Amino acid sequence: MSELAFFIDYSRCIGCQACVLACEECDTHRGQSMIHLERIDMRDSVQTAPQVCMHCKDPICARVCPADAIKQTPDGVTQSALKPRCIGCSNCVLACPFGVPNYQSAIDQMMKCDYCYDRTSAGKKPMCATVCPSQALSFTTLEHIERTRQGTAINRWVFGDEVVETKVYVVVPKETQEVRPDLVQLGGKARHEPFDVAAMLEGA
Amino acid sequence: MSDAPRWKGDFPVLWDEDHYVTRRELAKFLTLGSGTLVAATIGVAVVGDDIRPHGRFQRQRIDGAHALTKGSSLLFRYPTGEDPCLLVRLDDGKLTAYSQVCTHLSCAVVHRPLAGELFCPCHEGHFACADGRPTAGPPERRLPRIVLEETAGGVYAVGVEV
Repeated sequence: MSELAFFIDYSRCIGCQACVLACEECDTHRGQSMIHLERIDMRDSVQTAPQVCMHCKDPICARVCPADAIKQTPDGVTQSALKPRCIGCSNCVLACPFGVPNYQSAIDQMMKCDYCYDRTSAGKKPMCATVCPSQALSFTTLEHIERTRQGTAINRWVFGDEVVETKVYVVVPKETQEVRPDLVQLGGKARHEPFDVAAMLEGA
Repeated sequence: MSDAPRWKGDFPVLWDEDHYVTRRELAKFLTLGSGTLVAATIGVAVVGDDIRPHGRFQRQRIDGAHALTKGSSLLFRYPTGEDPCLLVRLDDGKLTAYSQVCTHLSCAVVHRPLAGELFCPCHEGHFACADGRPTAGPPERRLPRIVLEETAGGVYAVGVEV
């Protein structure tokens, strides 16, 4: 049995916002949710997608931080910005390929999902995975995911020339080796319909 | 990461490599550091008190003191050969002696008979000849006074009053 990991199954998300509210409950950042619940195409679809920090193995947010405020723990969890150090420059916000870091102008600090480090380091589930009714967010083992889901869990992303490996897995259709989001470049033209998430995930 | 620039070593991404100083560590350092300074100060005071000669000055004859005319001065060394002192005969005929080392920044003071004072040329410090007290300039403490003993056989230095 492998160790516990975090899995996101976007296709299971029902947009109930339970994860957002559960995240807000946490005392380490009470009242401020660190999870993004994205609406994929509000006009034509009710599909939503929860976005927690993917905890990149080589965290680009920490690499670009000029204030030395973002640190990665030995178990691969990228922490939120250290309060005494963060200068609110938003470099990480711009650098993150997943759009996770959130700049809070009221306190001039960046805050982001830290994997509920107080809970997960003690073997408990993160708040969002605890409450997710459809288990779109689940904190379990890879074996359990393979046994119970139709897709396969991967943690390799390709953004153009940039290959990113993450601690958090996403469940994608079987046979997919890596996620290749189609980069819509400035002034360029997308290969797909801009909001065709299925095509984007399949890397067609 | 040997090809990484050196500055990156100062800004490590990994938590364990970061020399993060917590408030508690800083408080501990400040407390222990202050404690060490207090202990060192007490130590220096105790040891210094032990080393310093207490009333154990030797009696030393000052040659040529009797021949000193009014308003003139004489250089001698007391209590050791490295402590220059000035013997001054005041206008009223009394003899006084002071350390020549200025209490401001340890320059050598010189006697100015016309003004009746000892003068430090470094920062223009003035001391009164009569009692060695500073009268002008930066010095704030008086010159150490050499205790004299006048006998028929000669003038002797017998002690130092700081």
